[in-house]
Amino acid sequence: MAASRRDFIKLAGFSVAGLCFGGPTGCATTAPVNGQGTAGKRWALVVDLRTPCPEGCTACMKSCNLAHNIPQWDDIKHEIKWIWKEPWEHVFPEQVHSYSTAALRELPVPVLCNHCDNPPCVRACPTKATFKTASGIVAMDQHRCIGCRYCLAACPYGARSFNWLDPRERLEEQGAALSRDFPTRTKGVVEKCNFCSERINDDASALPYCVEACREACSRHGREPVLHFGDLHDPSSPLLALLRESGANTIRRKPEIGTRPHVFYLV
Amino acid sequence: MFYDAGKIFTGLAIFLVGATFPFWYAMAAGKTAYKPEPVFPTSTSQCVESTEQMIAGHMEILDDWRNEVVRRSDREPIEINGTAYPKSLSRGCGNCHADQTQFCDRCHEYAGVSPYCWECHVEGD
Ligand code: HEC
Ligand code: HEC
Ligand code: HEC
Repeated sequence: MAASRRDFIKLAGFSVAGLCFGGPTGCATTAPVNGQGTAGKRWALVVDLRTPCPEGCTACMKSCNLAHNIPQWDDIKHEIKWIWKEPWEHVFPEQVHSYSTAALRELPVPVLCNHCDNPPCVRACPTKATFKTASGIVAMDQHRCIGCRYCLAACPYGARSFNWLDPRERLEEQGAALSRDFPTRTKGVVEKCNFCSERINDDASALPYCVEACREACSRHGREPVLHFGDLHDPSSPLLALLRESGANTIRRKPEIGTRPHVFYLV
Repeated sequence: MFYDAGKIFTGLAIFLVGATFPFWYAMAAGKTAYKPEPVFPTSTSQCVESTEQMIAGHMEILDDWRNEVVRRSDREPIEINGTAYPKSLSRGCGNCHADQTQFCDRCHEYAGVSPYCWECHVEGD
């Protein structure tokens, strides 16, 4: 039977109507969770910018680089960054307007992986090399990374770096003493902040290296630290109190895209 | 006798020497039928599992550890004779088998496997 034009249009109409019911359901709003080891926790980080970082302070970056065997490249194209500082106008471009002062625009703000609740990188990864742990960390399994860099493209915060060149060689060139506590990476894999999984999972009172270094540096300056870390699912956590009771405005980067970052900024 | 016997036998001799060259060469280099001799730890006598299980299945143990640690955030240390060791290539296995070149590599060279783990994992001091 040859379908008439009329039959065809009817069928097409029904097909489109069908989409209303069985429509695409593949869009989960939360990435599936992997692992039970630390279930029940929700690690988060607060950057308290009410008093900005001491001028020129790099304590957080230095301790992170050292602990995680992160090489320093001169060419910014090769840079590997876990935690670093960006000017305010790059971190919160939507908060800047024609009357913003230069001081605010240029204010250095610590940035790192946001360990989103709804991480686009996790959805983009074709090998599940990047995944979400039960305690909310967006983790990397370097053993599975094939270097496709889809996650780099997917991350709205530029929090991922690709090893274009051999990091081990560079570390040796720099004369850095390799830490045995954390493997280096190789050329061809992506890496990023891991919220110091290797530390905080062993010992609930342990802090990420950056937070620890920030505390020390700030106490030397006789002031409160900028970085705070804790478990948001623990009702007695000081982090929760800081977010709820400090009276400061708590903001996240690019809230409008629905990634639900777990790095909060107090301003 | 055969026709052109001289040429045939010279040819055969050259062929035999060529075909058996690897054996001569290995003999000359003193590498025939050697057994790998990994250097064992002296401080302890017990590995993660029995010796047989380790020889046959150490790569699977490493695989399990890696999945538990990296993917399931389960870093609960293992215990050998009352001492806790982290489930780690460098800090677990490496704690007892400190020199990878004297232990792992000796077997692996012999067996013709070259695990790429140490491109990232930092070997012992
Ligand atoms: C591209 C770099 C890379 C390569 C290659 C690599 N690893 Fe890893 N491995 C890592 C990183 C990064 C971790 C995470 C360490 C952590 O979170 O403590 C890790 C963790 C592990 C762990 C658990 C924790 C630890 O400290 O050991 C095991 C076991 C492991 N890897 C085994 C292996 C084995 C076996 C191989 C080779 C077949 C291998 N890895 C190759 C980067 C690598
Ligand atoms: C507590 C110290 C200790 C740790 C930790 C340890 N080993 Fe061992 N291992 C030994 C000792 C001692 C022997 C020799 C045992 C014997 O002869 O029965 C051995 C034997 C072995 C053997 C058998 C070699 C042979 O030819 O008999 C292999 C393979 C091996 N270990 C691999 C590993 C790997 C891989 C790891 C990490 C997953 C590891 N070991 C962790 C102490 C350790
Ligand atoms: C007794 C000899 C022996 C020792 C000692 C030994 N290995 Fe092996 N290993 C082997 C053999 C043989 C294979 C290959 C097995 C196969 O292909 O089935 C292998 C394979 C592996 C593999 C998998 C490689 C691959 O490409 O699939 C890893 C990982 C590994 N060994 C790690 C280690 C580490 C780490 C040590 C030292 C702590 C070690 N081995 C010590 C004999 C040994």
